[in-house]
Amino acid sequence: MVATLVRRIDKPVLAAAGGIVLLLAGGGLYSSSFLSPGYLLQQLQVASFLGIVATGAMLVILLGQIDLSVPWVITMGGMMSVAAAGWARPGGWLAIPFAVVCGVGIGLVNGIGVAYLRIPSMIFTLGMNAIAQGLMVVHTSGFAPQDRATPTMQFLSVGRSLLGIPNAVWVWAVVGGLTVLLLGRTAFGRRVYAIGNSERAVFLSRVNGNLVVVGCFAASGALSAFAGMLLAGYSTKAYQAMGDPYLLPAIAAVVLGGTSILGGRGTYLGTIMGVLVVTLLQSILGIVQMPEAGRQVIYGLVIIAMLLAYGRGEKSGF
Amino acid sequence: MIDVLPQPRPGGRSLRGRLASLRSDWPHHLSSARGALIAFGLFLAMFTVFVSEHPAGFSRNVVNTAANKGALLALVAMAQTIPVLTSGLDLSVGMVFVLTNCLASTLMVGNALHTALGVAAVLVTGLACGALNGALVVLGRLQPIIATLATSSIYFGGALWLRPAPGGGINEEFADFMTGSLPGGIPVAVVLLLGLVLFGWIPYRRSVIGRAAYAVGSSEQAAYMSGVPVARAKFLTYVLAGLFSALAGLLLSCLTESGEANAMLGGSYTLSSIAAVVVGGTSLFGGAGGAVGSIFGAFVLRTIGDLLFVFNMDPLWQPLFLGVVLLVAVGLGSLRLLRVKNRLDLFR
Repeated sequence: MVATLVRRIDKPVLAAAGGIVLLLAGGGLYSSSFLSPGYLLQQLQVASFLGIVATGAMLVILLGQIDLSVPWVITMGGMMSVAAAGWARPGGWLAIPFAVVCGVGIGLVNGIGVAYLRIPSMIFTLGMNAIAQGLMVVHTSGFAPQDRATPTMQFLSVGRSLLGIPNAVWVWAVVGGLTVLLLGRTAFGRRVYAIGNSERAVFLSRVNGNLVVVGCFAASGALSAFAGMLLAGYSTKAYQAMGDPYLLPAIAAVVLGGTSILGGRGTYLGTIMGVLVVTLLQSILGIVQMPEAGRQVIYGLVIIAMLLAYGRGEKSGF
Repeated sequence: MIDVLPQPRPGGRSLRGRLASLRSDWPHHLSSARGALIAFGLFLAMFTVFVSEHPAGFSRNVVNTAANKGALLALVAMAQTIPVLTSGLDLSVGMVFVLTNCLASTLMVGNALHTALGVAAVLVTGLACGALNGALVVLGRLQPIIATLATSSIYFGGALWLRPAPGGGINEEFADFMTGSLPGGIPVAVVLLLGLVLFGWIPYRRSVIGRAAYAVGSSEQAAYMSGVPVARAKFLTYVLAGLFSALAGLLLSCLTESGEANAMLGGSYTLSSIAAVVVGGTSLFGGAGGAVGSIFGAFVLRTIGDLLFVFNMDPLWQPLFLGVVLLVAVGLGSLRLLRVKNRLDLFR
């Protein structure tokens, strides 16, 4: 029983888990408060924002594509949620759905450009990022919006209710659970992996792969915007470029979790591990009061070291 | 599309023979240069409108400013092109650009000898950064996109270490020379680009290792089977990318006469370089295109911003407009879908 379970968990997940243990041990040696439940729960709360973004990034990476529009879709989610909160007083019920709809809109355009126009995702989503940025700059006139987050948004991102666990973690758990079901238990999920392995084979099987691609990009947009809404709730307001620090960590987390950047391989458990590794690493580097320069170097070195340990390609020689 | 030309021409061929082969090869030459020609035409049209609308007209200052701004992005775009030819990618070009800027602002001070040593140190740093990227991709067998993402963090850390706060300075005479113009009114930056194309890019493209880069981008397996030095070719593309990024960092230092570890600047140059490469007609799948197209692609992108300025467009609308232009430019490439005979060819 245990043996089959261990065999089912692949090597990158184990390595990432080992990385988490090492980071926790190292942090614990530096300061005992690092291992306190309060601190760990706070890390989980911070990780859940990255985790939701990484979920969308993973869906797209599994296809063998990439979504570079994440930063400004996050910002758009934050700004549109607080703007909608301002329009629909009292209560601001419109805030969350409107943010998600905006994210889905950008994601749909991304998907159509990549699937039907056959433009490489790297350049098309880059252009959509610029468009989302342009729309937000026009919307806010370049200033931070004055509208505040609604109580519901703050409840979701900073509140703690069930078992004293931050609500953001529960939100991530729901998103993650749905993703695991989607990837493992539905035809859509199978097709995601199939496209990542061979889009030609999918086409020849008379499966409408383009719809799957559009669906994944729409999901990525929705999740990024949703995370932006949560971030706006976390700091009670939205601000320019609030999504910029999330693109690279999200991709790093997905890849550290063992998902192949070429698509077709990867597990959600790995992505969770990758998100935790990246969050803990950032947190520890912040705590030991290392100057920013050293933090950047160590962050890069750790990612390279972990990738060299298990993220390497096949030996060439064809 | 396979863009490896026929055999390198043996030295002692008669002029008539060369002309004959040019006559038979011209459709190939034209189609391989189409992207660059379109970008050049676009740039020429946009720049003509810009100069005719500019209050100062076709003056030395206007041309010089435009050349310097364009050359910065053009150098980074040339850097990006070379790994892209092998269907790789270098996401660290922007950070090498920032790192070398910070290094130049520290080293390139004092007399001529110090400045010359500083220039050498900056270029060697660029080569070293490129060599690290190349080693991770070729020897470490990491995916280029994620490996260069990680190294860009390291290079930015180096830049921050050198310049925790903006400042520094460089030899003013050197800076004035690099950003000025020659007696004929030709900007030095343009001469620099021309020199790099004539004495750097073209010899590289015609060399065995340069052709190997194209071959690897077209089909790595076929290239390997044909005895092409795949590993060496890929490694060299990253080294050259580091060198060109360092040249851009050098030019930036001459323009600003200071150094700044600016993460936003590095990130935006990395992303703009990808856009310039695509606008310049290089395929992100590798094997087709070239650095000359990327230069024009970079100038097109920079001229768009200038055009918005002379037409008094509200600066708030500029980012949106830039995004739309970028998407339209890459969307035009989808017109090829209308000519596809077998839909299976659409999928990889």
